Amino acid sequence: MSDEKKLAIIATKGSLDWAYPPFILASTAAALGYETEIFFTFYGLQLLKKNLDLEVTPLGNPGMPMPMGMDKWFPVLGLALPGMQGMMTGMMKKKMASKGIADLAELRELCQEAEVKLIACQMTVDLFEMNTTEFIDGIEYAGAARFFEFAGQSDICLYI
Amino acid sequence: MADFDQELDASGLNCPLPILRAKKTLNGMESGKILHIIATDPGSVKDFEAFANQTGNELMESKEVGGKFEFLIKKV
Repeated sequence: MSDEKKLAIIATKGSLDWAYPPFILASTAAALGYETEIFFTFYGLQLLKKNLDLEVTPLGNPGMPMPMGMDKWFPVLGLALPGMQGMMTGMMKKKMASKGIADLAELRELCQEAEVKLIACQMTVDLFEMNTTEFIDGIEYAGAARFFEFAGQSDICLYI
Repeated sequence: MADFDQELDASGLNCPLPILRAKKTLNGMESGKILHIIATDPGSVKDFEAFANQTGNELMESKEVGGKFEFLIKKV
């Protein structure tokens, strides 16, 4: 056991917006000298796919800032129209790029370079019959007990 | 501004990229060498302070020049 500080994160969400917090926090913690592990479970496993094809949805999210006053034109049900999610995703990606926000794949790569351990929940892989060849290399497949082995000694533990 | 050994232009990059790039650059430098960083992210002012506090690298200078933020960090 080292005296390095430790950060343990559980990543449970698989949308474009929620993909950022785990990778931003993990890469920053690693830069600050934390030993860091992220345990990906349920929809969080989408963040481990080689092809990060994530989307953002305004549905059920009244806090999401809408561009060009769209919230005034569209009643809530309008947000469920076909194509709306794709459009919102496109707008979000454009905005992120224009503000110099890190590309998700780049951030994930920086995490791996900094030796952040990425652990995929084996149970979720089995449950959704996920194809592990679609996942990036260098990840570990394990269960809850494996998470606690590290989380039990962590200084900070986050559920995202 | 004092002399420096290496320079990193993190202009246009947003949190946490300036810190990550700085850390990566420092990794390749010898102890005692000085890194000059240029950033446009206003959050980087507090972030580089916190980075120095937590990593032991010394923040020798932090200033705003013409809308950009400049830092001198000495590698521990």
